[in-house]
Amino acid sequence: MQPVVVEHIVQNYRTKKTVVAALKDVSFTVNRGEIFGIIGPDGAGKTSLFRILTTLLLAESGTATVDGFDVVKDYEQIRNRIGYMPGRFSLYQDLSVQENLEFFATIFNTTIEKNYDLIKEIYQQIEPFKDRKAGALSGGMKQKLALCCALIHKPSVLFLDEPTTGVDAVSRKEFWEMLHRLKLQDITILVSTAYMDEASLCDRVALIQKGQILSIDTPKGIISRFKKPLWAIRANEMFKLMNAIKEDPSVESCYPFGQYHHVVFKTEKDSKEKLENIGKDGRYTDVEIKPIEPNIEDCFMELMTN
Amino acid sequence: MRMLKFLLQKELKQIFRDPGIIRVLFIMPMVQLLILPLAADYEIKNINLGVVDHDHSEYSRKLVNKIVASGYFRLKDYSPTFKQGLKAIELDKTDLILEIPTHFERDLVDENKSTLFVAVDAINGVKAGLGGAYLQQIIGGYNQDVRDQWIQTPRYDQQPTIDVVSSDWYNPNMNYRVFMVPGILVMLVTMIGSSFAANNIVREKEMGTIEQINVSPIKKYQFILGKLIPFWLLAINILTIGLIIARVIYGIVPLGSYFTIYAFASIYLIAILGLGLLLSTYAQTQQQSMLVSFFVTMIFNLLSGLYTPIESMPVWAQWVTKFNPVSYFIEVMRMVMLKGSGLADIGFQILAILGFAVFFNGWAILNYSKRTG
Repeated sequence: MQPVVVEHIVQNYRTKKTVVAALKDVSFTVNRGEIFGIIGPDGAGKTSLFRILTTLLLAESGTATVDGFDVVKDYEQIRNRIGYMPGRFSLYQDLSVQENLEFFATIFNTTIEKNYDLIKEIYQQIEPFKDRKAGALSGGMKQKLALCCALIHKPSVLFLDEPTTGVDAVSRKEFWEMLHRLKLQDITILVSTAYMDEASLCDRVALIQKGQILSIDTPKGIISRFKKPLWAIRANEMFKLMNAIKEDPSVESCYPFGQYHHVVFKTEKDSKEKLENIGKDGRYTDVEIKPIEPNIEDCFMELMTN
Repeated sequence: MRMLKFLLQKELKQIFRDPGIIRVLFIMPMVQLLILPLAADYEIKNINLGVVDHDHSEYSRKLVNKIVASGYFRLKDYSPTFKQGLKAIELDKTDLILEIPTHFERDLVDENKSTLFVAVDAINGVKAGLGGAYLQQIIGGYNQDVRDQWIQTPRYDQQPTIDVVSSDWYNPNMNYRVFMVPGILVMLVTMIGSSFAANNIVREKEMGTIEQINVSPIKKYQFILGKLIPFWLLAINILTIGLIIARVIYGIVPLGSYFTIYAFASIYLIAILGLGLLLSTYAQTQQQSMLVSFFVTMIFNLLSGLYTPIESMPVWAQWVTKFNPVSYFIEVMRMVMLKGSGLADIGFQILAILGFAVFFNGWAILNYSKRTG
């Protein structure tokens, strides 16, 4: 039995005149004990999907099961066995760290002691502040507390909606390390993020854009499907350089990536020469060209343009 | 049950941790009960009187003296002509003019009758009505005095006359505080009941904490009871404080039993909290719920019979008051406090409030949903 099965989920939001399609026929399955990443830009439909799976939102059509239970019919069972950490910090700011944790333990009919092993490593980091009000914690500590509260009843599936948004780089790294340790406890984790670099930390990822899943695979699998030649180029006049490259008909796409522009050619043939010619036309100095291995973001850009 | 206990624990912790709530909950009612009843005074005193005396006789002087001595009027203007007297009204110096015609004394003595002219500034209707009435009463009394002076009344009236003497039941001294204080207390309890619980739930919506509650196995009724019970207790506390103030400061001791008051208040609060709950299921932000509950309670309070008797409202407004829970509680409060009514006498009101409780709470529970879509 797969912990999460999503089949043909459709969800639309209606404002006065327009209909916004949040999810268009989304289907996927998540395997037991894996970290499944849902990667996509803001507004791709990640939160809607999470709200449907956590029984907070009724989908317009399609079915979904969590731990074998239907999200519409058996929502009560689902609520007993999932942990949900919404994108926005949503614990009681006027209760202390300890009180928040105790409260969420009791409403799931359990105690902190019972599942202390599970949260021990994370909780120890915030334990020095256990009498502090949750509202007075720093961003990273709030995340840790929220994760503890979502885990306290030992859920079998954990839903993390953009857990690392607005968290500094060190805390993000720590957070992902925690997720990997949780995975060892046989907890299935669904995590959504807008950061492409986090995709490689997942076991499998679904790239989602405008309510549609573009691709589902392991991070390596997604990268290996990228067959076209990819170059990184750098020069002194980056903006003019990009316009010049885009004028070349054999270039499929060119987009800024850190200090470089990534350039994708339609075919392998003569690609390096063409790029070098553009660099040599005299307007640019300090030109640096190198072939690179694609990463997830390149794949995503590629999938988006198709 | 265990779950409810924890919810209540959490809720009470949060309430007592919020200094704003405690301040508003306890200081507001006390200040209102101490200040409002003193200010919301129906007895009109200090009516500014203007006199235009064309007669300047002993009789006219006596009349003016009698009016001023009554304590209700202050002589603020003494003009030679009516025109000048009117000017004083226009300048807001006086509220009414008493014009005494020339030959007032002579006519009274010779012809046994005379006329007086009273002009009242009716901008403030209550003041005008009462001022005019007081003045008439005093002049009537003066008339009697004059007659007594002239005619030696025989020991027994030759002609039978009807003398009407009224005695005021339930509030023999016509002390307005005795019926205002219970009413203001009801208003307070209503304001706290309808807006505090509503705000609290909407706050959970705003903070996003309701999402966490919604994905938990907490049952709908547990969550709702967890919100209602703390505020029910708080409102009962406010009622107690109010009753103590009424007794200690105003010396109002209910003729009926406190038990009857609490019994009715218990049901009433369920209805009012249900109303708050209903508002909270529709409101998305605390501002919305505040404004709506403010609007609703204001209408309820104004149409409750607290300030103006329901019987003097137009028929349509009287019908509106039948759908206003506040008016029932005010009625019951006054009945129990002043008349000593017991549970049996307020059976109809209890039924009506039970109806409100079921209606508001039922609607709220139907409308509150742990999920959307």
